[in-house]
Amino acid sequence: MIKIRGLKKNYGDLEVLKGIDLDVADQEVVVIIGPSGSGKSTLLRCINYLEVPTGGTIEVDGIELSGEANINSVRKEIGMVFQRFNLFPHMTVLENLELAPMKVRGVSKAEAEQIAMELLHKVGLEDKAQAYPEQLSGGQQQRVAIARALAMKPKALLFDEPTSALDPEMIKEVLDVMKQLAREGMTMVVVTHEMGFAREVGDRVVFVDGGKILENTTPEEFFTNPKEERAKVFLSKIL
Amino acid sequence: MDFDWELINNSIPLLLTGAGITVEITALSVFFGFCIGIFVGVARLAKLRLIRYAAAVYVDFIRGTPLLVQIFLVYFALPAVIGSRVDPFLAAIAACSINSGAYVAEIIRAGIQSIDKGQMEAGRSLGLSWGQTMRYIVMPQAFKRIIPPLGNEFIAMLKDSSLVSVIGFEELTRRGQLIIARTYASMEIWAAVAIIYLIMTLTISRLVAYLERRYRTTK
Repeated sequence: MIKIRGLKKNYGDLEVLKGIDLDVADQEVVVIIGPSGSGKSTLLRCINYLEVPTGGTIEVDGIELSGEANINSVRKEIGMVFQRFNLFPHMTVLENLELAPMKVRGVSKAEAEQIAMELLHKVGLEDKAQAYPEQLSGGQQQRVAIARALAMKPKALLFDEPTSALDPEMIKEVLDVMKQLAREGMTMVVVTHEMGFAREVGDRVVFVDGGKILENTTPEEFFTNPKEERAKVFLSKIL
Repeated sequence: MDFDWELINNSIPLLLTGAGITVEITALSVFFGFCIGIFVGVARLAKLRLIRYAAAVYVDFIRGTPLLVQIFLVYFALPAVIGSRVDPFLAAIAACSINSGAYVAEIIRAGIQSIDKGQMEAGRSLGLSWGQTMRYIVMPQAFKRIIPPLGNEFIAMLKDSSLVSVIGFEELTRRGQLIIARTYASMEIWAAVAIIYLIMTLTISRLVAYLERRYRTTK
């Protein structure tokens, strides 16, 4: 599904990613964890070219990314959920979900609305269809954001610390939606600090530090028997 | 000194038609200035450095030189270059539009930049093109924020349009000058001219305040 080879990213002299190789299989849930500044968010954002890599190749669903030329065709196949939701504040929840299917996929208004209402039902917010984002709680906004990404019927979803901007009591409702998606077989790459989620839902845990992948293993193996010293230190701090 | 009310009374129709022309110049200049401003404002944020620089040169030149000089350039200097006379009305509209365009461009650039970067990222991540994201997501939000500064620009343009009187174009200020040349009643006529300008600018600022309120409540 996603194939990354030798991925590098520099900001000026600062080397954020120092050659990353990563494969994500169809229907797999890969959780990326690591200390802040380790490059994990940058790695995620390179997958849909929100950050343009300095070197290496990224292949999504058999298409190699090569910049503006084919980026939109790849982006419509991989949804993204942001830390700060990034809903469109001037549109209702329903309009947030309908925009991209109508403008990118050319879906009719009626069909877009039907898809949108089904997805809002799925995330438990069909009664908020006519609300504006600012009228919703953080957890509700993030669930709408997930539904918005799903409205494009993507083949994979990227999550960039989806619960980091939420109040503690709202984290669960978002994680529950993500767990449900994982059960349904959605391919997911998740950058998160939620170790419980990584352990329970992840098929694989990727530990990133200093712009490199240090561990790439099962959650079970990673949490009980980490091999790298830095992974041990990281785990000792957060668990 | 006596205040000659009758003279004012007699001059009002002439001044009001002048005011109509002032409104016409202003509306046309703000409209064309807005069209120029959208393109230049977006160009200021373009990826290509050449486009960015060209837009910056335009904005810097216009904002760095007086409108009066720009009017002279269009009306007196341009004919020498193109070899034919320029109609005063066209010269007035052209100079004011080009002038307004630079200020509107800066307003639009600032409006776009005030929108959170995450909005563009969210749009792009859904597969929308840069242009689509601008059109459906960034611009509608930016427009709400730039209503007040655009209103200010409209008012400034209305007042600055008095400068086109120097090329003999008969808008409100020029009409006032002409009446005074005939009657020597400076005090009456300039007071009347000032009040007519004031009524027009107050009307616009009320209108802008109304738009601002309306967009705030409906989001």
